[in-house]
Amino acid sequence: MPNDKNYFYIPQIKKRNQKATLFKATTLLAIIFSISFLIFFLVDIVRAGYPAFTQTYIQMDVNINEEVVENPYSALKGKNLKIASRAWLRDLPNLIKENPSWMNTTQTLWVLANSEVDQYVKGKESRTHERERVYVDELRADGKVERKFNTIFMTTGDSKIPENSGIYASIVGTVLTIIVTMVIAFPIGVMTAIYLEEFAPDNRWTQVVEVNINNLAAIPSILFGLLGLAIFINFFGVPRSSPLVGGMTLALMCLPVIIVSSKAALKSVPSSIRQAGFGLGLTKWQIVRDHVLPLAMPGIMTGSIISIAHALGETAPLIIVGMIAFVPDAATSFTDASTVLPAQIFTWAGMPEKAYLERTAAGIMVLLVVLLSLNAVAVYLRRKFERKW
Amino acid sequence: MTMENGFIQHALHAQEQDSTQESIKVQVKNLNLFYGEKQALNSINMDIYTKKITALIGPSGCGKSTFLRCINRMNDLVPSCRVEGYIGVDGHDIYDKEIDVVAVRKRVGMVFQQPNPFPKSIYENIAYAPIMHDIVKKGKECDALVERALRGANLWDEVKDKLKDPGTALSGGQQQRLCIARAIAVEPDVILMDEPTSALDPISTEKIENLMLDLKKNYTIIIVTHNMQQAARIADYTAFFHMGNLIEYSDAKTLFVNPKEKKTEDYITGRFG
Repeated sequence: MPNDKNYFYIPQIKKRNQKATLFKATTLLAIIFSISFLIFFLVDIVRAGYPAFTQTYIQMDVNINEEVVENPYSALKGKNLKIASRAWLRDLPNLIKENPSWMNTTQTLWVLANSEVDQYVKGKESRTHERERVYVDELRADGKVERKFNTIFMTTGDSKIPENSGIYASIVGTVLTIIVTMVIAFPIGVMTAIYLEEFAPDNRWTQVVEVNINNLAAIPSILFGLLGLAIFINFFGVPRSSPLVGGMTLALMCLPVIIVSSKAALKSVPSSIRQAGFGLGLTKWQIVRDHVLPLAMPGIMTGSIISIAHALGETAPLIIVGMIAFVPDAATSFTDASTVLPAQIFTWAGMPEKAYLERTAAGIMVLLVVLLSLNAVAVYLRRKFERKW
Repeated sequence: MTMENGFIQHALHAQEQDSTQESIKVQVKNLNLFYGEKQALNSINMDIYTKKITALIGPSGCGKSTFLRCINRMNDLVPSCRVEGYIGVDGHDIYDKEIDVVAVRKRVGMVFQQPNPFPKSIYENIAYAPIMHDIVKKGKECDALVERALRGANLWDEVKDKLKDPGTALSGGQQQRLCIARAIAVEPDVILMDEPTSALDPISTEKIENLMLDLKKNYTIIIVTHNMQQAARIADYTAFFHMGNLIEYSDAKTLFVNPKEKKTEDYITGRFG
């Protein structure tokens, strides 16, 4: 029967296809769901954070005389004093020192507005008095109000005055901390993995060690903070709040992940490579160093960079070792008191002034950029080492 | 030089004429091997002759590969494995406590079933081990060795223009010849081959077989093979293993044409295995 349609007929086929379609739709829905959350998060953060990258400046007359050097607040009169930033005024004597010719004159300068005025200019909720709002609107009509790129945010540390606070000190702190973490965690972690995977005898002891390492990877990070506090600060006397102690604490946290991922990368190298080496009379160390490690390197790199990126965003253990402290100046050495990006974000998030709100979001944006560039480095290194053989 | 050559040729000639005079390269006495409790080889006694191809045949799991791996102590890598007895290469016990296993494997090279070039260039594949063994220095000396080894493995003409290419980019048969070149670059006395052609197509297999016939001028070759035709084609001596026992060992012609043991006959006529 060549034209029998039932020849290719299976009774349940329609139902089976339906089930397959349903399953596919469910998986697709899951990814759409997670992507929409991600987009929502990104849009919200950027919307909240981008105003922090500009800051309001107002053009006004500034009286400069001997008295101003002693008492900068006398430089401005009436409403102008109400809308200017106290931080800017405090810095005025330094400005005068740099420009001695200004003495006993009245200069027209772009003066940093205080954060409440800034919020008002940005069209946000603000505690500015009605009279000042009218005054600012007048100035704005005269073109004397301008939003300039917020260099303060990118060049200073934390401050109790919102318009004077910046993220620079915590970026420096984060970089120093991560350097310490990498220098400690990467070599120790990779060496441990090499020993466990290539050299260790397969006995009860090794198994106990391996199980414990796997468990350590799942321990709440705050416990590592307590460990760092107890051992590094209280026992060894490492300076509190320093990138050194923070980096060492994060290194403890990174180690299990680096070890586990490096072990997996080493394990995935085909054993025929090792056999080939042994067959030629090479020593274990020569085989591991020149033949196994290069093959495992992309995997080791990826695991390590992801774990270090994770450490970069870690706050809890750093709070315990004191990196949440109010630190206005950027650290100049590994033992200076310092703060880190996530801790700075955490601090700002708890502040009552509205201007800190946008700085919190802007801080998150900076942290995300740092994380994404780290991941980009990871991808690049992976591609570079992952030559096709 | 000519005198020496003349002498060697004379010696070879004499060897061919009188097989009882052949010198023994590897001597195995009363070799027992255990994997944990299980005994895998039962008191093997075997003399393997210099510059001959000795084939080890037998059904799967008969212990022929295990036996092969005893000769360069590759079984040391298996934690549960225990070896008793004597294996001598040129009269030196390779299981002597004083002897470093790395030195043994330099004298007794190995080629595996799956071609396993290092994930490096063709040049580095060959040059790496000799440099590590201090046989040559980097540079011209090393280049010469690489060429010699590749010529020795009949691979030079195919790869001379792409020595910088990765070894794994070659075809399966070329990879296996690269592995052989790599093995002879270390200048061993004995080359062990564990089913070197079982992953290759017939044409590559033929090339490797011809290569082995060339190589036996300079090396003692011990090959494990599943392929009885192959053993018959290339081997001077053949050993038949079964259930961890060496059933029969004689020159290849006798074993295939006129086996003494019933089991050997059953196996080579295809009644089991």
